[in-house]
Amino acid sequence: MNIRLDSRLMRVLAPTLVGLLGLALWQLAVTAYDVPFYLVPSPALVLKTLVQDAALLFGSLGVTLRVTAWALASAVVFGVLLAFLFVQSRLLELSLFPYAVLLQVTPIVAIAPLIIIWVSDPAIALVICATIVAIFPIISNTTTGLRSVDPGLAEFFRLCKAGRWQTLVRLRIPSALPYFFAGLKVSGGLALIGAVVAEFVAGTGGTASGLAYQILLAGLQLNIPRLFAALLLITLAGVAIFFLVSVLAHLALRRWHESELRSEP
Amino acid sequence: MQARPLRCRTGQMTKGSKHDVQQGEFQHGIWHYGNIYVTIYADQTGFSSPERRLSLAAVAIDIDGVSRTYPNGLRAIERVDLRVQAGEFVTLLGPSGCGKSTLLRMIAGLVPPTAGAIRLQPFAPGRAPLSYVFQSPTLMPWASVARNVRLPLELADMPEAEIARHVGEALALVGLADVADFYPRELSGGMQMRVSIARALVNDAPLLLMDEPFGALDEITRGRLDQEIRALWARRALTVLFVTHSVTEAVFLSTRVIVMAPRPGRILGEVSIAEAHPRADGFRLTPRFAEYCARLTELLALGGAGEDDLPGRPSGAFV
Repeated sequence: MNIRLDSRLMRVLAPTLVGLLGLALWQLAVTAYDVPFYLVPSPALVLKTLVQDAALLFGSLGVTLRVTAWALASAVVFGVLLAFLFVQSRLLELSLFPYAVLLQVTPIVAIAPLIIIWVSDPAIALVICATIVAIFPIISNTTTGLRSVDPGLAEFFRLCKAGRWQTLVRLRIPSALPYFFAGLKVSGGLALIGAVVAEFVAGTGGTASGLAYQILLAGLQLNIPRLFAALLLITLAGVAIFFLVSVLAHLALRRWHESELRSEP
Repeated sequence: MQARPLRCRTGQMTKGSKHDVQQGEFQHGIWHYGNIYVTIYADQTGFSSPERRLSLAAVAIDIDGVSRTYPNGLRAIERVDLRVQAGEFVTLLGPSGCGKSTLLRMIAGLVPPTAGAIRLQPFAPGRAPLSYVFQSPTLMPWASVARNVRLPLELADMPEAEIARHVGEALALVGLADVADFYPRELSGGMQMRVSIARALVNDAPLLLMDEPFGALDEITRGRLDQEIRALWARRALTVLFVTHSVTEAVFLSTRVIVMAPRPGRILGEVSIAEAHPRADGFRLTPRFAEYCARLTELLALGGAGEDDLPGRPSGAFV
């Protein structure tokens, strides 16, 4: 059989095999060396715990995902709005952009306690924290995208006496889409990380029900299999978010942008 | 107006004494060789070409003493006078750096002249006075061919029913009706250029400005598009101002070729291509065609080499 290396099948098959092999080795090592489950649980045990604690863990996943979704949504809305403002006025960009950078480089763990103290509703506090983590790639990429207009096309719009609004909607926004989606792919992951980290910082002061809280609690109780199961869910959620954003980007760009063009099979 | 045979002058030029001939020696006037008319502008101001005497009503573009100087002192265009009559196919021919594109962009209003004035023929209110075809197709990659072509009309807020009719017509004119739903990247370079031309034709502007539109295309495609542009020009009674650095393309397309020279960008003279329409592909192989090309090459030589001309080289030298 002749399977081409870049074929669709291989793209799924190769990483799956590596994963399965890793899991098998893990299971084998844990059984062979009789590692106690409170140090490293076997994959089978993790899976079993996941099923057993499904109600608890999936409930927590829902809480974390809700924070993530809200955070990503507000990062998109505010990030894009700020990018529009930056593009319309150089002065605004000059005066505000450094603060966006400041927000980006300050560790969220350091600001989160303050936000949690200042904002009375813990759910909103968590969303704010996660938004702060997720917003920068959106601002930065969208601004770059809105500026990366083909100069020839920009001139054509000027020749047609297009107004500011027409130019924004018909020229700048479509030009910015590939950049925006590249930013969104990064921000999707960051929103989840932000949600989990903020929840960690909030601890029992937070909503007391997200996945981070379950990890924290499981760690304290030495319930390591549950900790692993929660970890697994966070990872899977991250992968799912990335996949969703990628599909969205593909749907929006597939007909025209180089990044979404697949070489002919 | 002097009417002396050009042969003696150009004979001087082509017989190896070219380095001795200075620009100033060519007095302005209209020279005829057989029935090819060559006009040499030695001093652009105050010169009166036959076109100057034609009625003002038929003037499509009136370029009146236009200069453009960059802040760094570079003179892209210096005191250019040119009148284009409605219905003419005029080509600006010159080496790179002679300001022919700059002149076109000033006519389109993309850059302002630093001196002088440009007047366009009166046009109906609400109607586009001119359209422009760039060196590259400059299409929106995210929009289909049809949506690219309808862009100027949508920007002008034309009613939907009218847009559809205009777009259909424009696409049919350039033979692209069957690829209306394709995206630009799915088309060849020549077809992309056709889309660009359709987009320029769609608003029925009487004046078409084309800035080296076929420069990036292969010779075969270019020849075919040259034919099509001439056919469109005749069929739609357009006034075309075309920029190129190809002597043969200029001769094949134009009713009149304006020869420009760099540093500073200026008009050296012009040659009327008095050949009937339609011009068959075979026109390129006739002795007359070669004759026109020779006249234009001589005129070009008066301006010296292109922008990579080294300072200190005698002006008028060419290799």
